[in-house]
Amino acid sequence: MKRGRTREQTPDSHAFPTRPYDLVKEAVIAVIAVTLLTFGLAAVFSSPDEKPVTVATWSQADPADFTATAVTELGGTSATAQYGPPYNTAADGQKLGPLPLQTWAGVKHPIDTANDFVLQPLRQTPEPAAVTAALARWNAASADQQTKWTGAYSDALGKAPNGDPAKVAAGDYGPVPVLTARLLQLGQSGTLDAQLLAEGHYFQTDYTRALLFLADGSYLQDQARTQHLGGDQWGMMNETGNYPGQAWLWLYTFWYQVQPYKSSTNADALVWGTMALLSALLLLLPFIPGLRDIPRLTRVYKLIWRDWYRDHPTPNPGTART
Amino acid sequence: MSATEHPTEHLAEHLDTHNWTGALRRRALRELPPDRLLPDSQPAYMSSWIYLFGVLTVAALAVVIGTGCVLALKGPQWWHLSSLGHYVNSMHLWSVELFLAFMVIHLWGKFFMAAWRGKRAMTWMTGVVAFLASIGTAFTGYLAQQNLDSQWISTQAKDGLNSVGIGAYFNVMDFGQMLMWHIVLLPAAIGVLTVWHLVLVRRRGIVPPIGAVPPEDENTSEKEDRP
Repeated sequence: MKRGRTREQTPDSHAFPTRPYDLVKEAVIAVIAVTLLTFGLAAVFSSPDEKPVTVATWSQADPADFTATAVTELGGTSATAQYGPPYNTAADGQKLGPLPLQTWAGVKHPIDTANDFVLQPLRQTPEPAAVTAALARWNAASADQQTKWTGAYSDALGKAPNGDPAKVAAGDYGPVPVLTARLLQLGQSGTLDAQLLAEGHYFQTDYTRALLFLADGSYLQDQARTQHLGGDQWGMMNETGNYPGQAWLWLYTFWYQVQPYKSSTNADALVWGTMALLSALLLLLPFIPGLRDIPRLTRVYKLIWRDWYRDHPTPNPGTART
Repeated sequence: MSATEHPTEHLAEHLDTHNWTGALRRRALRELPPDRLLPDSQPAYMSSWIYLFGVLTVAALAVVIGTGCVLALKGPQWWHLSSLGHYVNSMHLWSVELFLAFMVIHLWGKFFMAAWRGKRAMTWMTGVVAFLASIGTAFTGYLAQQNLDSQWISTQAKDGLNSVGIGAYFNVMDFGQMLMWHIVLLPAAIGVLTVWHLVLVRRRGIVPPIGAVPPEDENTSEKEDRP
């Protein structure tokens, strides 16, 4: 028989012989079995619940990292400050081929890191006289001068033993050391956690600002890496501790481990584009010649229906339409 | 009644009125008569353990929804503060792991059966969309955990979503938004897709083996309960 358009059509399943079957009984047994299995797995393995990192725990455990991060937020050089849409216009963001999808989406969650993460929290709390004077000096300075102060202080922190602000060499840092020292106090007291979350509302469930600030530092990443959650550790599909996590994200995570995705400046867009294409292929598989023929060509179906083919020899099932 | 006429067709013809409701009832009975919706027999070719994973997926989904409802009753903080809550959360986690494991095996099984044959493309497609929606639901569940894992996942996942413009509208760092997606929108979508998928399975029947031809002799002796 010729292949292609002359393939045999699939017959109606209701034309085949049947045997007794209790659908409801099977479903009830399945629910009971899965419930018991779930009870057992939960009792034996439990589930992970690592406490979240807060600004307070971060600033207490690693004040040097906190201070260095605060300086980059103030100077506009942090990852969030230079992110682009949807937080600001500091960069164009990634492109999927020629499509600037990130730019097209626009700035929907505007964030000014200097104001939102540093200056506003300082203004919202009782200000010591030195902080009031430092804020006034900062506001009166030009943008160029502000950049020079924060750049010089970042460099000095980098050269100080353990990044300790108390051991920074003397230099012209303007009001920056006073501002960041006060912010460290607010962070260590827990005040900054509440301020970053509040955003002027009493009820709040949006942690965008607080999480972006945490993620700009290296403390959160250090905690995640010890739990094997880093990007190069297939982190997106992992879970804290020795739990299976989102194993079904293996293919999404896989692309980040290989070239050209791994080193591309548009890696995220490329991975999303690739996964969207693969998902579309899976969805439309019944209509794609070649792909829809794989089951017929691999012949795994002969194993699945081996009882049927044994009792009902089919001369050439490979000529059937798939 | 002729040998080929379905018993419910005769009944429907007399009971239906000529309004929208009657038209819908006629259509429903024609497309999915009761003995196809809840059959008490199955094709003889269904003799493989792979068929179990469809019903196991639905069973695991029931446990996922049940444990999720208990967590919803007590609120998102409960499982962090109570040993009973932690146990229910563990059940929710493991039922999700089982659900997706069963679903993936079911999907591979249907792939190697070429189960889209015989006008079953929509059955395949609703299953694939349900699979993708399930991944999204599990993902938002991980985001709504309120612990280190959810902090890290959200700050990492934002980059992928932002890069294609989705993050501007689907903010993974907004706990409230993610919780709503996790417990309302995506479960509703999975529920609709699952019912749609199952109705299509019952309507078209289980796909026959590749190349199989209904045996004439057995038809006459064993098919008397079929329309």
